[in-house]
Amino acid sequence: MTDREAQLENERKEALAALNDVRTAEELEAWRIAHLGKSSPVMQAFSDLGKLPPEERPLVGRVANAVKQALESAYAVKSEQLRQAELERTLTSERIDVTLPGRAVQRGRLHPLNQTLREVCQIFRDMGFQIYRSPEVETDDFNFTYLNMPPYHPARDMWDTFYTEKEGVLLRTHTSPGQIHIMRERAPENIRAILPGTTMRYEQLTARSEIEFIQVEVLVVGKGITFADMKGTLNDFAARAFGKDARTRLRPSYFPFTEPSAEMDVECFVCGGQGCSVCKGTGWLEILGCGMVHPTVLEFGGYDPQVFSGFAAGMGIDRSTLMRYRVEDIRYFRNNDIRFLEQF
Amino acid sequence: MKAPLSWIKDYIDLDDLNIEQIAHHLTMVGLEVEGIRLVGLPKPEDERHEFNYEGISWDREKFLVAEVLEVMPHPNADRLVLCRLNDGSQELTILTGAPNLYPYKGKGTLAQPLKVAYAREGAILYDGHQPGQVLTKLKRAVIRGVESFSMICSEKELGISDEHEGVIILDADAPVGKPLVDYMGDAVFDISILPNMVRDASMIGIARELAAVTRRELRLPEGIPLPQGDALSKRVSLEVHKPELNPRFMLGMVENVQAQPSPYWVQRRLNLAGMRPIDALVDATNYTMLETGEPLHAFDYDLLLRRAGGNAPSIITRTAQPGETLTLLDGTTQPLDENMEVVADSAGPLSLAGIMGGVESGISAQTRDVLLEAASWNFINIRQTLSKLKIPSEAGWRFSRGIHPALADQALRLCLQRLLAWGGGRLVEGVLDAYPLPPQDPVVTLKEEEIISHLGAEISLEEAEGILERLGFECLLQEGKLSAKTPPIRLDIGEGLIGKASLMEEIARIYGYERIPSKRLATELPAPVFDKQLDTEEKIRDILVSLGLQDTVAYRQTSPQREACILPDQAVDPGVAYVRIKNPISSDRTVLRRSGLATMLELLEYNSKFRPSLALFEIGPVFLPVEGQLLPNEALRLSVGMAGLREMPTWQTKTPEPRDFYDLKGILEALLRGLHIPEVSYRPAEHPTFHPGKCAQVLSGEQALGVFGELHPMVQEHYEFEALPVLAAELDADQLVALSRVEFEHEPLSPYPPMVEDIAVIVAEETPAAALEAAIHQAGGKLLVDVHLFDIYRGEQLGPGKKSMAYQLTYQAYDRTLTDKDAETIRNRVVRALAREFGAVLRSA
Repeated sequence: MTDREAQLENERKEALAALNDVRTAEELEAWRIAHLGKSSPVMQAFSDLGKLPPEERPLVGRVANAVKQALESAYAVKSEQLRQAELERTLTSERIDVTLPGRAVQRGRLHPLNQTLREVCQIFRDMGFQIYRSPEVETDDFNFTYLNMPPYHPARDMWDTFYTEKEGVLLRTHTSPGQIHIMRERAPENIRAILPGTTMRYEQLTARSEIEFIQVEVLVVGKGITFADMKGTLNDFAARAFGKDARTRLRPSYFPFTEPSAEMDVECFVCGGQGCSVCKGTGWLEILGCGMVHPTVLEFGGYDPQVFSGFAAGMGIDRSTLMRYRVEDIRYFRNNDIRFLEQF
Repeated sequence: MKAPLSWIKDYIDLDDLNIEQIAHHLTMVGLEVEGIRLVGLPKPEDERHEFNYEGISWDREKFLVAEVLEVMPHPNADRLVLCRLNDGSQELTILTGAPNLYPYKGKGTLAQPLKVAYAREGAILYDGHQPGQVLTKLKRAVIRGVESFSMICSEKELGISDEHEGVIILDADAPVGKPLVDYMGDAVFDISILPNMVRDASMIGIARELAAVTRRELRLPEGIPLPQGDALSKRVSLEVHKPELNPRFMLGMVENVQAQPSPYWVQRRLNLAGMRPIDALVDATNYTMLETGEPLHAFDYDLLLRRAGGNAPSIITRTAQPGETLTLLDGTTQPLDENMEVVADSAGPLSLAGIMGGVESGISAQTRDVLLEAASWNFINIRQTLSKLKIPSEAGWRFSRGIHPALADQALRLCLQRLLAWGGGRLVEGVLDAYPLPPQDPVVTLKEEEIISHLGAEISLEEAEGILERLGFECLLQEGKLSAKTPPIRLDIGEGLIGKASLMEEIARIYGYERIPSKRLATELPAPVFDKQLDTEEKIRDILVSLGLQDTVAYRQTSPQREACILPDQAVDPGVAYVRIKNPISSDRTVLRRSGLATMLELLEYNSKFRPSLALFEIGPVFLPVEGQLLPNEALRLSVGMAGLREMPTWQTKTPEPRDFYDLKGILEALLRGLHIPEVSYRPAEHPTFHPGKCAQVLSGEQALGVFGELHPMVQEHYEFEALPVLAAELDADQLVALSRVEFEHEPLSPYPPMVEDIAVIVAEETPAAALEAAIHQAGGKLLVDVHLFDIYRGEQLGPGKKSMAYQLTYQAYDRTLTDKDAETIRNRVVRALAREFGAVLRSA
């Protein structure tokens, strides 16, 4: 072994030992300059090659190369280690409390009544029904007489009515006047429509009774429409609204504008029919009133009751929303208290 | 209608059905059972109960019929007695404080033992000394030195009534030792009577429905045969002046009656049915009314005789004469008018026909001779009178729903029978029966295909016939036609086509709605109608919700005073036409609203208590009366309201900025862009609600869409806003619907890169930004694809009354990459145009 070789070997050992002690990027740079820089022993060995006798040059050159490569790869490894350590430190120092609340975004919402109304409308639209709307201020004729309730008919007692100071003009107590409007517009076409809208009744404003509320009326008129069609249609609606396994039942009722008349109950969705405070222990919730359109109403609507028949149904959006979210006080809906609305 | 099961069972056998099954049948024929009160009977042991049960069950071992053999004084207390009692298996001594036993005290062994309801130790019953119904268990106790472990019960303790003054004295034939529940255990169905089913507001009516649906026999009580003879006609005469108001009037008479207590079973039934027992005379009329559905009225004959000066009284039914008044049994004196039907004698009105008797001629404890009225009245006339006088009346409730005149006959026979049985006395021979206007009971014919095509169920005519016959119809089935004559108990069946619908209901109801199949509609679907109105309304909601606003639903009813709060002077303009409510619910809801703004400001005021940052909207109609038009215009309004901070304070943003005019404007811009409303512009506007310098009108072309702005300080003072400032908008939603575009052309994307550069121009302070931007667009031409204002600067170096507006301009072509030279050309055009139109100076960088 020549001195040259020994020097280079020595340099390798010393440099690698020094590299071991390097802790920072600055120290690493100093090390690089010292051991791989222009004036480092290895680089010096290359520039001194010319001074050596020609026969020694290949050997010393090879050794110098080997040392240089060893130092370079050791440098690369060390450099990567330092970078990793540095990244580690940075990441640790950037740690945040992920349990702090997120940045507040103001979310808009539909009113719960409009949510329910929209769902009901969508279900009927999916079933091929049109949507028809009519005025909230009505004549006595449309609200009562054309619906088979001539003046002083006892059934008028079923609705506590707001009258206006104009004779014969009132605030509609139900969406049923729309039946006459749409029939007169469409006769003798088939009708398959729903009539959503706000209705008003003279009641005391309490947790249980409202003066204004939203109803949806269903009307089907055509040739050969039967009670069985009504049952099927309303069962379809209930299946879509309350789940396909929701049990329903129809029981006889009375409305002056339908005959036969019925009320539809759906198995209480709160207790599954076992009986609870929402269904008052009965296992059933009343969801709508319905019936075959009365011949007198068909006639007032411009349809010949000998030829046409139909059915109608009416449901309260407020009531079903109330049951759905177990709202104890119906006034919550129109008070629009933001603390209530934000929950939907 | 409260119907005790034991009473219904007088007319139909139901022993094989439990309470739950009976209630189910009732509900499914239209007699909805709203609740069941147990008065002794046990709750059925079904797995599932569809009804709400309350009340008390009497344990068979612990409640017995017993007899009191002797009543003895208590050694240490005057107000207590000791009873020697036989409970059927042993004799015991029972302590009680019941005042109705005092009269028997110290009389030795009673010749006629008193039958009582006896509860043994451990019995669970209602505590008689606590208000309301509180269950308690009978325990052994020592009261004033005498041991007590069981008791003789009052009605309150057994849940029959709230009577606790004395103990129950049962009828003399009560079997000693029998479990009390077997003797008189009961359940009361609380039935909601539909307006067209007043015939079933009676025990017989309810039994008839049950008989029809369960295919059982109905046992109708006969009553006594109507007495023959002319004795009555000698003692009273009868005249009906208006048959259309009084189709039938019957009179019968019993003399020498006594107003003594009715048998206990009668009292118990009346109590359970919700009527207080009074005495045999009153009870007989009430009992018969509940039994048959026909209200009856009893006159004290002696009082009539006195009024007639000792002559035979004349009973006249007529309409009242103007100025006549009548003091009724409830003590009120009612003014009568010429549309009100009265029963009168020669001295004046005796009773308000079909509604309430007069105080002067009614029966009392002193009554000896009872003249009994069973009549029929025009239901519309009764209804009119009731609605005018607003007096609560059980008879009026029934007659105003239509009572068939034929019922008078049955009711009279039954009531005379009860009077004799419970009050003693003797029947006066003969009845008076004025029946000037018997109704025509409709005969309706049905064919099988009519039933099938209306109900969609295969119900044969034979089955229909069976159903109708069980309901009392007289049926004739021949040649494929069923003709059914309406029974003389009801007035709700129509004629012709309407009659068919009525029968269809009767058939379906009894056949069972549950058994009618469910079918899908098979008729052709009507052509779909595109509902732009509804779709746009929903789209408005969706856009505003996506922008973070809360949807609300508002009352239509308000008052002019409330709406005037949106004006600085708060003055109600009497010239403003409102839809005015004749019977308002309260003084702050007297009209239908005209203003969406007023609604919105109230919603903001209310909610500003709860949140420092609010953003709400509401879509709904306002009601605008139009001269010469019966109904008002219902114009759809969109109201938007914002108040307070731009966002809720959080740990990141402790003090968020307050909102300003531009927050609201940004919402409106986004909405109108979302609806694709064309040519939207904003102009400074004046509106009394808004700050004169912070109010704008929004237009599409020349069509006004609405106004918005920051609240006028004077308007703001009318409300208690706890979040400021308040910004609001009211838009014409009908116009938004009309102008919104469902179909529009998109802008193609250029494949060539845009060039972006900034310019700033110095203009006079009053130069409107919109005008400046319009001019830039105009001058820039179609290669200028975007103009974006990014800075406004005011400063000393610009000089007073000047502002610098900095825009980022984006140039782009669809067919090539633009060069610097293109940009320069456009820029120069823009700068020259701004200089020319606004005297704008390019601000050097």
